[in-house]
Amino acid sequence: MKLPIYMDNHATTPVDPRVFEAMRPYLTNVFGNAASRNHSFGWEAEEATEKARKQVASLIGATSKEIVFTSGATESNNLALKGVAEMYAEKGNHIITAATEHKAILDTCKRLEKHGTRVTYLPVQQNGLVDLDQLRAAITDKTVLISIMHANNEIGVLQPIREIGKIAKERGILVHTDGTQAAGKIPVSVLDDNIDLMSISAHKMYGPKGVGALYVRRRNPRVQLTAQMDGGGHERGMRSGTLNVPGIVGLGEACALAQAEMPAESKRLAFLRDKLKERLLNSLDEVYINGTLEHRLPNNLNISFAYVEGESLLMGINEIAVSSGSACTSATLEPSYVLKALGAGDDLAHSSIRFGLGRFNTEEQVDYVAGKVIEVVKKLRELSPLYEMFKEGIDLTKVQWTAH
Amino acid sequence: MAYSDKVIDHYNHPRNVGSLDKSDPNVGTGMVGAPECGDVMKLQVKVNPATGVIEDAKFKTFGCGSAIASSSLATEWLRGKTVDEALAIKNTDIVTELSLPPVKIHCSVLAEDAIKAAITDYKKKAAPVPAEAARV
Repeated sequence: MKLPIYMDNHATTPVDPRVFEAMRPYLTNVFGNAASRNHSFGWEAEEATEKARKQVASLIGATSKEIVFTSGATESNNLALKGVAEMYAEKGNHIITAATEHKAILDTCKRLEKHGTRVTYLPVQQNGLVDLDQLRAAITDKTVLISIMHANNEIGVLQPIREIGKIAKERGILVHTDGTQAAGKIPVSVLDDNIDLMSISAHKMYGPKGVGALYVRRRNPRVQLTAQMDGGGHERGMRSGTLNVPGIVGLGEACALAQAEMPAESKRLAFLRDKLKERLLNSLDEVYINGTLEHRLPNNLNISFAYVEGESLLMGINEIAVSSGSACTSATLEPSYVLKALGAGDDLAHSSIRFGLGRFNTEEQVDYVAGKVIEVVKKLRELSPLYEMFKEGIDLTKVQWTAH
Repeated sequence: MAYSDKVIDHYNHPRNVGSLDKSDPNVGTGMVGAPECGDVMKLQVKVNPATGVIEDAKFKTFGCGSAIASSSLATEWLRGKTVDEALAIKNTDIVTELSLPPVKIHCSVLAEDAIKAAITDYKKKAAPVPAEAARV
């Protein structure tokens, strides 16, 4: 078996060779500008982007005219939130989101707050899900938008999007969902779920980096956005800039493959994930799964190995690429705010590992990863004064620590 | 983050892992850090009361690779030193020896704190004369 093993598919995914083959002509001899209306070079490019638009729309149950191509989900999130806040400013200035959203949502909200938007950050329950009663209670007559992610990028939990869509529709409020992790992994239908805006990204589903899309509902209601970038008025005036034709072709192909293979692939991933989980739980004590298992992406396992610090665990399994919520692995030296929002305590955030299984992981790899993680956790617990104290029956929450 | 070879060596082959008998009057125990902060070090020294030389040192650490390496190195340095020499170990010595990057300097500070805490504990045990009595 080849090392290292990549099991960090929530961070990014490799480009599927089939996606690359679809893109290849558009990186070489088919180079036209999709906005060139008067010659065959432009027509070829436009034809390719329109095919991709259909493929993207099909994956999420939309129509192709509702797809706006962007540079990725961060841009899509910015465009959705800022575009709605600006366009609907006269109607209201209140946005509801959740504490566990991606930074592309939270930091966009922080920016909007500086310009007079009021933002409610809903807490989540211990299972990682928002409480619908709290959502209902947070709605005011000034609320213009609810933005709740479909699947969480750290713990993989699936928010009750359909119920949120229903609540919002009853109150005439728009719903945006960051579908970066969900699209292509689980069935998504903007129609059934009453979603008005949805962000997606190509590189989370075996497409290239630097391309994504924003779904913008055209009917019932027709959602309007204020463009956040000035220029040639591409994408029906919502996103100027020459279309990234090869990237868009890659996104389209990635969506088509994900859609075609989803039924079998999601079963395969869930089997591998559950095998990994069972082996870890059966071989180690004091292991905690972060977030509900019931409503979760099939490829996600976020697990805390108590009394072992995450970065030291990553160091011991350095031929396996996963990520940790430990402060030591973050740029800010703060433990994961998502895990903190679950209320599990900072110590379990420091001890967490996120496994993100993907299309190219095999059962053999899962077996190897499980064995290696078990071995290193055991070794580090031999070294851990906290595990020693736990074994002696000392209640660690009652110890007077010397914080530094 | 890239680790230095010395950090990797201490991580892969930690020196002097274990625990000494806390109730032994010649053993000093230092426990510093907090689980919520992501690192806790327990460092113990066993001192020969006749010579004042540290004959044994043990550690257990919950923390990143650099924290483990800092405390492992500290136990190596402590063995054979007198109590006073041990107190002269500075965190910057550990930073230099392990080539710790700026974000990992707190690991070395924690190791220095652990050394000081262990020796303070030993001294408290070795000189049980209350301060008031000494002043009279």
